[in-house]
Order: sequence, then C-alpha cells, then structure tokens
Amino acid sequence: MLTVANLSKAFGGVLAVQDVSFHIPAGCVYSVIGPNGAGKTTLFNLISGLYTPTSGSIRFEDREIAGMAPERLARRGMSRTFQNLQICRNLSAIENVMVGAHLTLNANMFAGMFRWPGLGRADRACRARAADLMERVGCGAFVRADAAAMPYGALKRLEIARALASDPKILFLDEPAAGLNHTETHEIETLVADLARSGLTVVVVEHDMKLVMNVSGRILVLNYGRKLAEGTPDEIRTNPDVIAAYLGGDDEEE
Amino acid sequence: MTSLFLNSRWPGLALLTVVVMALPAILPNAFYVDVAIRIAILAINGIALNLLMGYTGQISLGHAGFFGLGAYGSAVLTSHFGVPALLALLASAAFTAVIAYGVGRVILRLRGHYLAMATLGLGIIVSIVLTNEAAWTGGPDGMAVDGFTLFGFTPSGERQWYWVFAVLLVGTVVLAQNLIDSPAGRALQALHGSETAAAVAGISVRQRKIAVFVLSATVSAVLGSLTAHYSGYVNPGLAGFLQSVELVIIVVLGGMASIYGSVFGAVIMGVLPQVLAGYEGWDSVAFGVIMAAAMIFLPRGVVPSLTAWLRSPNRRRGEGAAC
Ligand SMILES: Nc1ncnc2c1ncn2[C@@H]1O[C@H](COP(=O)(O)OP(=O)(O)O)[C@@H](O)[C@H]1O
Ligand SMILES: [Mg+2]
Repeated sequence: MLTVANLSKAFGGVLAVQDVSFHIPAGCVYSVIGPNGAGKTTLFNLISGLYTPTSGSIRFEDREIAGMAPERLARRGMSRTFQNLQICRNLSAIENVMVGAHLTLNANMFAGMFRWPGLGRADRACRARAADLMERVGCGAFVRADAAAMPYGALKRLEIARALASDPKILFLDEPAAGLNHTETHEIETLVADLARSGLTVVVVEHDMKLVMNVSGRILVLNYGRKLAEGTPDEIRTNPDVIAAYLGGDDEEE
Repeated sequence: MTSLFLNSRWPGLALLTVVVMALPAILPNAFYVDVAIRIAILAINGIALNLLMGYTGQISLGHAGFFGLGAYGSAVLTSHFGVPALLALLASAAFTAVIAYGVGRVILRLRGHYLAMATLGLGIIVSIVLTNEAAWTGGPDGMAVDGFTLFGFTPSGERQWYWVFAVLLVGTVVLAQNLIDSPAGRALQALHGSETAAAVAGISVRQRKIAVFVLSATVSAVLGSLTAHYSGYVNPGLAGFLQSVELVIIVVLGGMASIYGSVFGAVIMGVLPQVLAGYEGWDSVAFGVIMAAAMIFLPRGVVPSLTAWLRSPNRRRGEGAAC
C-alpha cells in the first residue's frame, strides 16, 4: 500500500530522518516506535505532505507522492491526526469533524451563498455522520460542545473522528494514547483494531508498548532518525539492537 | 427562549428586516436617512471584510482601496466614456476582482504583521494613484458622478436610495450567513483555526484564501460603485487609510466572525460621531475612550460577547461560539 525508500529529511544540520525504507501492507496496523526525537513525527509529516523530503521516495498505491501537497494526498485517501493537536478552536466539535469530510461535499463558495439544491441535505447527512463518528471514537458526549471547551483526551478522539470523516484508505495516528489513562488507552487499542478489521490501513506512532504489541501487524523502530529494526511484534521484542537501544534502557512509562 | 433566539438565523434576520423597513417612517428628515444609508454602506463593507478577517483570519488594512476602485471605476467609466452605469459597475467589479486576484496570489502567502503591512501598502497605493491621476480622477478634489439608471429607473434623493442600500444590506446578510453555514464557509473557518488541519482534510488553503479575498474585494467594489452614484461625487479619501481602519474597527468592535457584529459595529461607527459632534473638542477623546472601554470589557466584540453572555446558563461569562 505504501512503500518508503531511502527517505531522508534534514533541518539545517539536523538529520531528522536518515535513509529510512519500509513497506506498509494494505489492511494492517503498522506501528512506528522510538524514543522522543527519533523522527517519527517527521516521518509522518513527510508522508502526509507537510514536509518535502530532502531525498528518497514515497510510493502510495504505486504512485510517487514525495513532495505532493497534503490536500492532494487527502484526495487520494490519506488522513491523519497530530501529536500536538490541530483543532479548529473557532468551530464547534462536530464542525471540526465535518471539516474532515470536506472533500465529500460541494464546497464551492457560490453554491454555499445561494444554497445550491441538495447542499443543505448533504450537509445535514454529513452532520449526522459526524455525530456517529464522534460516538464511535468515544467523544459522543461532546456532540454539542464547542471544540474550545473540550478536555485534552476528548480532543485526541475528536481528531480521530475528523480523520475518519474523509473515509480514508490509510490513517496515520501520531501518539493517539498520549496523556490518556489505562481505560482510555485500552479503548483506543480496541478502536484501532476495529478500524483495521474493517479494512483500513492504520499507521500508529505510540509509546505505549502494550498497545503497540497488541495491535500491530508490523513494527518499525526508529532511533536518531535511522531505522533500527523492522518486523513483527515478536521479532521486535526479541531483537537485540532494539533491546539494547530502546526497550532495554529505562522502561517506557505507559 | 433565548437559546431558540440565539441558535436560529431567522429571528436575527426578521429583526433586521423589521428595523430596515420601519426606519424610513421614523427618520424625520433626509439628513437622518443619509446617516442610515451610510451605516448600511459601512455594514456591507464590514461584512465583506469580516468574511476575510473574522472568519478566514486574514487581516486587511487596505480594504477601502477596493471600495475606491469600484467607486472610481464607475465614476471614470460613466463620466469620461459614457458607459452605462450598470456596465460600468460590472466592469469595475471585474477589474477589482482581477486586481485582488493578482495581489492576493502574492500577498496572501504572508501572515500576521506582514500581511497587515502588505494590505496597508495596497490601500495607500490605490489612494495615491487616485490622487495623482488628476486628468482622469480630478486629483485630490475628486470628481462628480452621474445618477444610476437601471431599466429606465433612476433612484434620486435619499429616500429612494435608502431602499437600494436596504435591499443590498439584507441580501448581503443572507448570502454571507448562507456562505458561513455552508461547507465552503466551514473550510474558511477551518483554515483560520488550523491551516495544517485544513490542508490535511483536503482544503486548498491558498486557493481558499485568494477566493475569499477576491470575493470580499469585489463586494466592496460593487458597493463603491453604488456609493459613488448615490453621493454624486467621489474623492480619494474614500479609498484612504482612515476608511480602511474604520472598517477594521467595525469588524473588531462588532465582533470577529459575527455577521450581525459587523452590522452593529457599523451602527456604532455611523451614530457615535453624530452623537459626539455636540461635544466639540472632546468628541475624538470620547470616541477613543469608548473604543478602548469596549475592547476591555467586550474583548471578543459586542455581539459575540453578548450572545455568549445570554447563552451561559447562569448568565455569567460563557464560552459559546460567536453566532
Ligand atoms: N520543523 C522542524 N524544524 C527543525 N527541526 C525539526 C523540525 N521538526 C522536527 N525537528 C527535529 O527533528 C528531530 C525529530 O523530531 P520528531 O520527528 O518530532 O521526533 P519524534 O516524533 O520521534 O519525537 C528532532 O531532533 C527535532 O528537533
Ligand atoms: Mg513525535
């Protein structure tokens, strides 16, 4: 589904991602792990078009997409959430989710101004679906809330609902369980597993090892911008490099 | 009760329509009708700027420049070339749209203070050109403009023109409200909230910014054309910096991202100088104090602050969104 080859990104002198290659099969949960500053978010930003690679290739469904604008990638079925939330605090919670469905609606300005026939109905259907999605990710209690008035944990879920609203083929989640408690983390785990079961390819950056080991089909380990290891959870668990550099060190907090 | 009033668009529109319909019967003479017309003009201009500034988050300190382009476009085309008024209005609007598109492509890459400076420069350039091209524009003295004839009807006098601007105001409120409530309007507000989130959701951030900039400029240009015909006269001042600042005050004072906020801001900006005119020497001081006080006590603008207050269940400070 997605193949990354020799991907690098330099910020001035800092090599945030260095010569990284991997393949994400369709329909699987693929996790990216590694200590803070390893380059996980940068990797997501490169794939989703927010950063242009310094070198390397990214192929999505057999098309080269390196350097393609995020809005074009969205059109091709890519969607994501953000580690440091990107919420539109000037909109209500449900409107944030509806923003995710932008490409499914007629968003012409004149159509909006003159209430194009069918537009109102489509928008109401979109709103109903957004409410369902909020329910599904576990922030249904905030369907009538303003985004600005929501707590952190609910906003993380709201981002997932927004990312799902575009009906993507591949979904990138950047630390979906960060800052959540045990129960909430478990709910995210179940959600990710459910999404994958429904055919969606899910790519997850996450520090919670239990979650990662439980849901992942394959895992990529990054360290100082480089690929340290890649494989199934069992392979990663027993990989000596990984144990030495990452798992072995001071244990990850949940 | 209040929530019904605050969450539906119809009560606000009904109130506006009733006020607009009733005003001519209440206003004692042409002077007051003229003040009402000036308020309607400010309100429409304010709504146009609010779409750009309040909803989309892109500041413009030169918006009166587009108003001036429309006004002078109509003045020059009708006076020097004998172009029919409607055609002149459409040509001026198209010309302004093209200018706004070209300028917007370049300056909307900028953000914050830089965008403010660029739009400020744009407005200043327009007034300088209007002042210096004296052969066409009459220079600093301005020029006379004929009436506006459409299908054999020529509005004359304040009371006839009043209805032209009244219909235009109500129409602008309805269309702006439609836009804001539509997917397109949501996209504008989304990119204001987070350009990154908007882009990842498939919104072409730059194109949307340019589109709303052109829309806003074109509305101001059409309004400028009609205002020129109504006044029978144009001068470079109407495209000037003070006019642009007045529009920004209307948007901020009335409330960013609030259509009725701009109407309310226009009422204040239209009425306050008249009220304060009696206190000669103190009027600008009083004006400044009132502005500062409004911003201190109603920081989000009058209408959003009041609706939030009405919305909050215990009538203390609420966090409701602007209507
Ligand atoms: N926009 C940027 N500009 C400069 N340096 C950056 C930028 N984004 C990330 N970096 C650097 O790249 C490295 C990897 O960061 P990041 O991808 O955020 O790591 P992770 O998500 O794995 O914690 C860090 O050293 C960080 O400081
Ligand atoms: Mg990160």
